[in-house]
Amino acid sequence: MDIALSVCFRKAFASGFSMDVSWQAGREIVVLFGPSGAGKSLTFQTIAGLVKPDEGHIQLGDRVFHDTRAGIDLPPQSREIGYLFQHHALFPHMTTRENVLYGHLQPRSSEAAAACAAMLARFHLEGLEQRHPGALSGGQRQRVALARALMRKPRVLLLDEPLSAVDLAVRRSIRNELKALQRTLGIPMVIITHDLGEALALADRLVIYDHGRVLQAGTPEAVLQNPQNELITAWAGHAPLQGERIFSF
Amino acid sequence: METILTAAKLSLWVSLSATLLIALVGIVLAYFLARHNFRGKHLLDVLISIPLVLPPTVVGYALVLLLGREGWIGAPLYRLTGWSFVFTWQGAALAAFVVALPLMVRVSRAAIEAVDQDLIHASTVLGKSEWETVIKVVLPLARGGIMAGILLAFARALGEFGATLMIAGNIPGKTSTLPLSIYSAFQSGDDALAQTLAILLTIISGTVIYLAGKWTSSRWI
Repeated sequence: MDIALSVCFRKAFASGFSMDVSWQAGREIVVLFGPSGAGKSLTFQTIAGLVKPDEGHIQLGDRVFHDTRAGIDLPPQSREIGYLFQHHALFPHMTTRENVLYGHLQPRSSEAAAACAAMLARFHLEGLEQRHPGALSGGQRQRVALARALMRKPRVLLLDEPLSAVDLAVRRSIRNELKALQRTLGIPMVIITHDLGEALALADRLVIYDHGRVLQAGTPEAVLQNPQNELITAWAGHAPLQGERIFSF
Repeated sequence: METILTAAKLSLWVSLSATLLIALVGIVLAYFLARHNFRGKHLLDVLISIPLVLPPTVVGYALVLLLGREGWIGAPLYRLTGWSFVFTWQGAALAAFVVALPLMVRVSRAAIEAVDQDLIHASTVLGKSEWETVIKVVLPLARGGIMAGILLAFARALGEFGATLMIAGNIPGKTSTLPLSIYSAFQSGDDALAQTLAILLTIISGTVIYLAGKWTSSRWI
């Protein structure tokens, strides 16, 4: 694997929760899978520079985002990350067009207007330009959030539970769109989910999280063939299903 | 009639001046108290809020000690410029400022704290500076609470009596605001004037409070 994103850090939170994770990603779709509270979203916040690790090294391509020992800590503004928040984090006081334009570094430039128009077309948002997020469906909101995130031409995409807020019926098409998007952009795309079915359908590489640790990482096939986790064992058919355990995971 | 107009105009002028200053200073204080941790934060919070619970006479007395002609700041100011806050409309405005500021700071701080952290994070990750995020995201989303805070502060400034009396006195046409004029009219036995002024003040304050309530409920969903 040609390593594009390397994440390795430790962090103890005031709540008593602690994290110690390490994984790499190529220019591919990496899925962070695990129960809620395992530290997946905190990992995203750390990559984005919104949470500062106690110790670690985070690098994207040749750019070091954070290196505790070297005293490097790039501010979030200059990390050039496309971040899709779990509930999309669209600005409720702005229209679709204003939200997307906000993603550009010079929103008032003619270049931004052109990029915005292209982005709205690409995500099938024509006709919704003047609507506020409150008047959009879950799927539409997500496309606005993606369009906004792509406006600044990110070098990595972090998607937090991109499939949780949309109808079952459109999940498959969104899955395919995300895969196509990753291939078009050719940048690492990291996706958080707590649904193993989604994880397996999307992942080029799977990183299994639990209690702030990485239990296992590898291609879906490798993880399924040599599961080191109860749930994956059950999923892969190596052990009987344990009923509710699956739902609680 | 002339007394009523003079007192009403003076009251509006003093309260508007105080409110303008409160809006500017209050937003900055509310934002930093809501979104930043710094040394002395709790002390600052107490200092801003204490006029809420102290009798206004104590606040007025403190202002005299600080800004009177022989005050810690007032004495050098008087030596340098020959001017002092004592017995001036500026003194009355300052008293209103100190007494009404905590209302504005508390209400707008709560509104700023209520802005979804994810929205601030999203703006930051999109490359916007803290200043830009405040102007484009935080303040527009907290504007209902901020406006309500400003209106409440204005209403409180209009009703200010004790601290004003201590530092600015009760000089007709100069520092006799509506509340002070009511007191003077009542003392001199002019019940009709006292009643008229009281009704006028109640109507103005009631309207402002009503508007403040309307602003608070106008939120982005």
